[in-house]
Parts: sequence; C-alpha cells; structure tokens
Amino acid sequence: MEHAFTEQEITDALARRHGEETQRLLSLGRVAIAGLGGLGSNIAFALARIGVGHLHLIDFDRVDLTNLNRQQYFMEHVGIYKTDALRSELLRINPYLDIRTDCVRVTEENLPGLFDQDDIICEAFDRAEAKAMLVCGIREHFPDKKLVSGSGMAGCGSSNQIHTRRISRNFYLCGDETTEPSPGHGLMAPRVAVCAAHEANMVTRLILGEETV
Amino acid sequence: MITINGTSVSFDEPMTVGTYLDAHQYRRSLIAVELNYEILPKSRYDETILKDGDILEVVSFVGGG
Repeated sequence: MEHAFTEQEITDALARRHGEETQRLLSLGRVAIAGLGGLGSNIAFALARIGVGHLHLIDFDRVDLTNLNRQQYFMEHVGIYKTDALRSELLRINPYLDIRTDCVRVTEENLPGLFDQDDIICEAFDRAEAKAMLVCGIREHFPDKKLVSGSGMAGCGSSNQIHTRRISRNFYLCGDETTEPSPGHGLMAPRVAVCAAHEANMVTRLILGEETV
Repeated sequence: MITINGTSVSFDEPMTVGTYLDAHQYRRSLIAVELNYEILPKSRYDETILKDGDILEVVSFVGGG
C-alpha cells in the first residue's frame, strides 16, 4: 500500500510536537486495550495519534448503530468486527503503527495467553462482571504489568467527578466509580470520552515513566 | 485497627474478608479485593482473616464503557 507520508516524516512530525526523547519512549510503548467500545475506541485513537508504537486491540463484538453515540466508528462500519474497523481507522492516522488484533471474548482461561506480550493493559469493557474478571485476572497472573481500568462514566454528571486513583503499585482506576447507565442517564460521548482520556493519559504517563496520578 | 477503603475500623471478633464482604452486601462477581496492595484471589476470601494493620481495598465495578 502507498502511503502519503514516509515513516520518517511522521516520526519527525510527532517529535516536533512531543520532543524527540518523549517520542522515542512513546514509540516503544506496548499497550493492550481490552474492549473497543466507548472507552477503548477513544483510548486507542488518543494513543495512536501520539504514536504509541505497539497497540493490541481486543474485542469479540461487531459495530452496532447504537454504538455511534459515543464510539469512534462510522456508519460504514456497522456490522463489521470492531477489531477490524478500529485497526483500519488507526492506520489512517499512522500506517506505521504495529497493531495486533484479537477478535475474542476474554475469559479467565484465555487471559494468561492473551496479555503475555503487553506491558500496559487498559480495561475498557462495558459490563461490570467483565471489568472485575479482567482486573482480578491481570492482577493475579501479571502483578508486575501496569493495569489501568475504568468504572463509572454514564450520564452527564459533572466532569470533575471523574478522577484517576492509584489503588496499588501497578493498578489505576479511572471514573467516578459509581455512575452506571440507567434510564435517561445512558452512556454518552462527552462523559465517556472524559473517562477514556483519563485512562489514555495515565497510560501515557506510565510509558513516560511517571507513576503518580 | 484495620483500614478498609480508607477508613479505620476494628472488630470484636476475628473477621474474614469473605464475612466482611457478605455483611456489606458486596457481590463477589463485581469486585476486586486488594489486601496490603496485592490482589487477594477470590478463592482466598473465606480463609483470610483480617489482622491488625491490614489495609483492605474493595474495588467495586459498575457497568459502562
């Protein structure tokens, strides 16, 4: 495939914005994103834009029309796998990113093999049970990997209730920790994106060696 | 004293993590428990007795993403 810009041109452009050493570290980042919905698709866009070099996208689902209220997909993606849709979009931002996709449902059984190669793991699932399963599994199997999770971002409550909290050395939690979707207070693009940006910024800080929130 | 989710508490009787979680109506499928900044596997909730100086963090997850 012909690209409009060379890898060097894109690297130089990113370095002009971020600084050479920062860009070198970002390009070495290895981040898994588990769940490619409102959180995961926005996290992936943010990390791809700043040139995080190695992204591992995981989701079993296909794009649905009801996803477009908050997720980074377009009408032509409805019906196709989120892993495929998101991969193709991220490569439009930077075709030289190393993007691995796994179109699977994460389970307690496949979790140890799935995340083996990743340094930082972003939990970005929708269901509370899936979030808890992933967090427990990563903390048990990979206590030395960095884990950033999201919980509580429904509705249009104050943006300022959404925070990043360090639970333990390698475990960070973003969100308001309480607001789940309810009638009239569903998941909407602005507040989900606030939480996604918390997760993405924490990942960025970790890649650059900053472990505090 | 034991610190649970940032608050100091004490118990008259020996208390397991499992008993504490049940008494506070936590659903085990929706939480992650960190004891002294390390994950406590679910299989050990009912055998782990809280002791003086322990720091327990019960992280509750809600839906949405």
